[in-house]
Amino acid sequence: MATPAGTPQQSIVDTSALGTKRKSRGHPKGRPRDLQALAEMRALLGDAPRRRDLLVEFLHRVQDRYGHVCAAHVVALAEELRLAQTEVYEVATFYHHFDVVKEGETPPPALTVRVCETLSCQMAGAEALMAACAAANWPDVRVIGAPCIGRCERAPAAVVGRNPVDRATVSAIAQAVAHKHIEPALPAAIDYAAYRAAGGYATLGACMRGERSVDAVTTALEDSGLRGLGGAGFPAGRKWKIVRAEPAPRLMAINIDEGEPGTFKDRHYLERDPHRFLEGMLIAAWAVGIDSVYIYLRDEYAACRALLERELAALQAEPPCALPAIHLRRGAGAYICGEESAMIESIEGKRGMPRLRPPYVAQVGLFGRPTLEHNMETLHWVRDVVEKGAAWFASQGRNGRKGLRSFSVSGRVTRPGVHLAPAGITVRQLIDEFCGGMLPGHDFYAYLPGGASGGILPASLGDVPLDFDTLQPHGALIGSAAVIVLSQHDRARDAALNLMRFFADESCGQCTPCRVGTEKAVALMAQPRWDKALLGELSQAMADASICGLGQAAPNPIACVVKYFPQELA
Amino acid sequence: MNAPAELAAQLEQTEFRLNGKAVNANAGETIIEAAKRHGVEIPHLCYKPGMRPDGNCRACVVEIKGERVLAPSCCRTPSAGMEVSSDSARALHSQKLVVEMLAADVPERVYKPDSELEHWKRWLGIGKPRFAARRQPAADLSHPAMAVNLDACIQCTRCVRACREEQVNDVIGYAFRGRHSQIVFDLGDPMGASTCVACGECVQACPTGALAPAHEAYLVKADKTVASVCPYCGVGCQLTYHVKGNRIVHVEGRDGPANHGRLCVKGRFGVDYVHHKQRLTKPLIRKPGFPKSADFVMDPANPLAVFREATWEEALEVAGGTLARIRDAHGGHALAGFGSAKGSNEEAYLFQKLVRTGFGSNNVDHCTRLCHASSVAALLEGIGSGAVSNPVMDVMQADVVLLIGANPVVNHPVAATWIKNAVKRGTKLILVDPRRSELARHATHYLQFKPDTDVALLNAMLHTIVEEGLVNKAFIANRTSGYEEIRNNVANYSPEAMAPVCGIAAPVIREVARLYATSRGSMILWGMGISQHIHGTDNARCLIALSLMTGQVGRPGTGLHPLRGQNNVQGASDVGLIPMMLPDYQRVDDIATRQRFETVWGTALDPQPGLTVVEIMDAVHAGKIRGMYIMGENPAMSDPDVHHARQALAELEMLVTQDIFLTETGYLADVILPASAFPEKTGTFTNTDRSVQLGRQALEPPGEARQDLRIIVEMAKRLGLDWNYKHPSEVFAEMRQTMASIAGVTWDRLERDSAVTYPCAQEGDPGQRVVFTDHFPTASGKARFVAAAIIPAAEQPDAQYPFVLITGRQLEHWHTGSMTRRTAVLDSIEPEAVASVHPDDLGALGVAPGDAITVASRRGSITLAARADGGTPRGAVFIPFCYYEAAANLLTNPVLDPFGKIPEFKYCAVSVTPGGTSSPTIGYSGD
Repeated sequence: MATPAGTPQQSIVDTSALGTKRKSRGHPKGRPRDLQALAEMRALLGDAPRRRDLLVEFLHRVQDRYGHVCAAHVVALAEELRLAQTEVYEVATFYHHFDVVKEGETPPPALTVRVCETLSCQMAGAEALMAACAAANWPDVRVIGAPCIGRCERAPAAVVGRNPVDRATVSAIAQAVAHKHIEPALPAAIDYAAYRAAGGYATLGACMRGERSVDAVTTALEDSGLRGLGGAGFPAGRKWKIVRAEPAPRLMAINIDEGEPGTFKDRHYLERDPHRFLEGMLIAAWAVGIDSVYIYLRDEYAACRALLERELAALQAEPPCALPAIHLRRGAGAYICGEESAMIESIEGKRGMPRLRPPYVAQVGLFGRPTLEHNMETLHWVRDVVEKGAAWFASQGRNGRKGLRSFSVSGRVTRPGVHLAPAGITVRQLIDEFCGGMLPGHDFYAYLPGGASGGILPASLGDVPLDFDTLQPHGALIGSAAVIVLSQHDRARDAALNLMRFFADESCGQCTPCRVGTEKAVALMAQPRWDKALLGELSQAMADASICGLGQAAPNPIACVVKYFPQELA
Repeated sequence: MNAPAELAAQLEQTEFRLNGKAVNANAGETIIEAAKRHGVEIPHLCYKPGMRPDGNCRACVVEIKGERVLAPSCCRTPSAGMEVSSDSARALHSQKLVVEMLAADVPERVYKPDSELEHWKRWLGIGKPRFAARRQPAADLSHPAMAVNLDACIQCTRCVRACREEQVNDVIGYAFRGRHSQIVFDLGDPMGASTCVACGECVQACPTGALAPAHEAYLVKADKTVASVCPYCGVGCQLTYHVKGNRIVHVEGRDGPANHGRLCVKGRFGVDYVHHKQRLTKPLIRKPGFPKSADFVMDPANPLAVFREATWEEALEVAGGTLARIRDAHGGHALAGFGSAKGSNEEAYLFQKLVRTGFGSNNVDHCTRLCHASSVAALLEGIGSGAVSNPVMDVMQADVVLLIGANPVVNHPVAATWIKNAVKRGTKLILVDPRRSELARHATHYLQFKPDTDVALLNAMLHTIVEEGLVNKAFIANRTSGYEEIRNNVANYSPEAMAPVCGIAAPVIREVARLYATSRGSMILWGMGISQHIHGTDNARCLIALSLMTGQVGRPGTGLHPLRGQNNVQGASDVGLIPMMLPDYQRVDDIATRQRFETVWGTALDPQPGLTVVEIMDAVHAGKIRGMYIMGENPAMSDPDVHHARQALAELEMLVTQDIFLTETGYLADVILPASAFPEKTGTFTNTDRSVQLGRQALEPPGEARQDLRIIVEMAKRLGLDWNYKHPSEVFAEMRQTMASIAGVTWDRLERDSAVTYPCAQEGDPGQRVVFTDHFPTASGKARFVAAAIIPAAEQPDAQYPFVLITGRQLEHWHTGSMTRRTAVLDSIEPEAVASVHPDDLGALGVAPGDAITVASRRGSITLAARADGGTPRGAVFIPFCYYEAAANLLTNPVLDPFGKIPEFKYCAVSVTPGGTSSPTIGYSGD
């Protein structure tokens, strides 16, 4: 009899009489209240607090349970959270991982195969893979393209349900589909017991017991020269001091929304040694005086999420010391949420739209409180810096630079992957010493030193030290140290167009230069001949007038192609 | 005196450099604001003065020395010494590119002649955009009031902020992402199918006309604009009429003290009634052979079926002459008059003066009797004044707002927006109402108590305050009397004892009582859910006691506010349109008062208070009243047990009505005088905040219709009065002589400022927003507690009539619907009579939403469509009283509150049965 509200039915919003003489409505304005959907929503939410900041989490529950988010559930969720219907709709439609299905629309098939289409995977044949998958016509399966899923070292990559398929082929994907291998295998990480047995959390304990002082630890951080490894490179120790000086309560937000194309270092460390990061996180919380910690993990890292859930539970079940409140929050498919203020908005249950600064998140951040925000990898190194000393970290480095960098290398090299290398290493050294050289048949032609936003440099600039501040003179950035290597079989302008398409898809839509600019840039860059003058004007406005780093950095590849690869534009 | 503190912009100034010149910014001022003050224009689109700056369009970016990227001047405040360039090559480049990008994506078609995008495009010298346009969305013309053409949308989100942050109607969203980002209604629905309440704030906010009034109203170039006031509810929003060729082409909100530019659907889209083809344009006299009967079937489109046209001279002679003859034969007590809360102060003043000096009795009343008479009775008795202590806007300064028996989202929509704004800023809203209104979603506490149990609930709150020692002892000692009595009375009303009576758990009663009593400032606002009971005065007494006991009155953000229903119900009462009071609430039975007026008016006055609305109808039945003059009121729809009222009206020897349409009351008239609509005359109107505002004439009355003031003067002459008022300002000057409250308000000042708040005793006084700051206007200067006991409603549900009927209004329709049902937009949104019933009750009756039901009481029966509304409590039916075809007042119980003489519109017993034959809908707006 009753179909679940999750099943879209005939349009409930009757528009047939619009514009003609109307009869009285049998319901108040808008959608009629669907009591069944409301009951389903109440059951789904259980006794969870009806807090607005949990909206994204709740939308995940709906999507996970029903395979999509139907209009009746949007309305029911709004009623439960006492939000405007449109507010829930805005959030649900902002994130790629929610399929909002309105009355009369067909829900998506039960299983989704996502084929990564971003640069490293594209270079590895994503387009052909995508076409082959689409042609396979698996029943009750949809195949869609996806922005970078952070598995660039095993390109081309795809995800069946939540299960990643590395170096994907159509037959491997078909296997996973046929056998319903839709959940990821849990990585073999060092678990809580093993980590503690090996001396883990001893340093945290020493801090908590007062055997180490906040000042000493913070100074060690500063002296080590450890900088934010999410891309912006803000000195970590200084950030601690700034936030600590703000009034309590102070919060901490950890960015594991690793979405910069070519970047997978956070996943790499998380899959292997999650407690090293958690200990660093807890030391930071102790040093800065943090009440609550929010970990924001991208939805694509389903295995990491399962692992973190397990390990956090273990940690909280048998805490080494008093812990702050720790919340694990799940992204929902939005590159922009890697931007610090967009991430904060997302944690608050909103669309991931970057905030205008000032005020800075250190002063007015999560829930309006002073917030210490860190990339996960930055915290991964805290324990080592504290235990081994500032000098140990600072003593690493090459070509006059200090410290270590975890390079995510992908593209035309023999051994792609995360390579921990001295800061200041050149890309040629990186390729030769760490990546086993170029792939056979490929000659080094160009490289992206810092993911999609960091620009594209020619092989002739292959001897520039890779570090913060060294690449700016060349119009490039190291960012998250995602190095994508191109060969003579690739074209920089193709890479640039791929990246601009990525930016256009991932622009949050808030400001004109980014929302409109990326779209206009894609159109201009897809032309056989580039209108370099107009692209230049557009680039300048995007770089100067966009709200956040996405729009500001999006034109970097354009300028690089014009400057370093004029032959491709001829 | 206690005008809002001018939060000193001058407090702290910041010096910075703008385009090479040293300039100052006031505290909190953004760069764009400071620049404008210094004569420097910066392009802007998403920024609109008065609205929260969002900084998304980036057309206003400026270069700040030392900063890596450009900054939005609408969001940045300058710091000392900051060097800002709005005209550097770099800043101009981005400003131009931004505008060019946006211009590339909108069509050349004009939706708004003064499009801001076009303006800045020209200003920046941008030619044809060099970028290809986006794919354009289809137009959405589903709403009767507004056209949605998102091809012209620049995604500045001004509409989103207007809808969500200003009006807080929460319909418009900005959904999807990146280039797919889109303005949506609800879940991306057609506007006409969404929860949109058509306030039109989005239209007013839109810079390009992507959201515009329907039917290309923007494209009609107005001949003139007239600053005036909204003709509808008591909020008193100021607005601007755009007029072309004696027609209003569109309406915009104006920056008045009560609305600051905001309007609702009625004010913005509901004025075309003035141009309706059924306007009366000639005096009408009832044709012989058409006897008056309560059982009439009305055809408002065809008055000549019953009436014949007459000259003004003849009509006035028949009307005034007959009334004069009745007076001369039977005495002044054989006549009565109903003035109007829709008319101006000057009209109301002259009307009551006509009755008192021309008829010679005090039988003058108006619809205040039906809305807040009990509130006024309790207020006069308790604190010596019937008006509000603080304006609605004071909710913005309150920590707690207790809103009881009111649905301002529907009845005072713009006032509701301030309440919602206050809640967003942290004010706690305690909503107390048996019907769950839209505000419940915003309320900190929503108490859905049982209908009719107000005194039980409020006494339990008072009990808590006494028992828990939350009383304000100093305030009670210094400023009140009668505390002992009320303390003893409420001792019997513990929350625990009252919980089963009112249906609210004792801990909740205690919690809200504490919240109210202990906050820094609490406001109580109430509506007719309080007043329209036989215990309406008791209900109001309890509210007054709450504020007196806790000292929550007499400060900004702290006080008592009965929300007034009609645009001038406050003013009409102030000027004496009530049977027991002369202007300024001076009692007719007070000799000194009477003598003062006898001197000014030059005639003797009846010392005996007159009859009230319902009493007058009874007196007609009893043969005591034989003639009536009714201006702009419609008792044949608005009175309780309206069949009885219609019978009474039919029995009159002479009924003269003065109106703009043939109303239900007019159908029972002997003479109908065609009058002027609100925009056709000038006059003052006093809103719920005690603001006297000037309504200015925008149109000429149609045909031979005349301005009301002139008609009253002509009628007075026929009654033997030697009146010679030519202009409302002359009447106002006379009012000032007899009313201390407005003695200091000059006509010149009204023309200049458009609004003055009273009390304003001396010329030049600023006017007092907040009163009772150090004393109450009573003989002793103290307020008085009056205890209340539980009195149940007169008619309780039983086996035969198991449901409770609650009557009231809808957002789109006002009073008896004579105006709103004749506006195309309002009629289109709510075209026919509808009864709101809880979906479970409908289910139990086996009735599908939209199907017909028949609702019957001991007095009558109506058939109308059922609406499934979860906000209506189980066991209740809510019916708006504006539909002739299913007049709710055929069912209501004419029992009266003994003090306010207000009928019990909010409670009577009815039965609900499926089906029935509905009367055909009257074609008010049909072509």
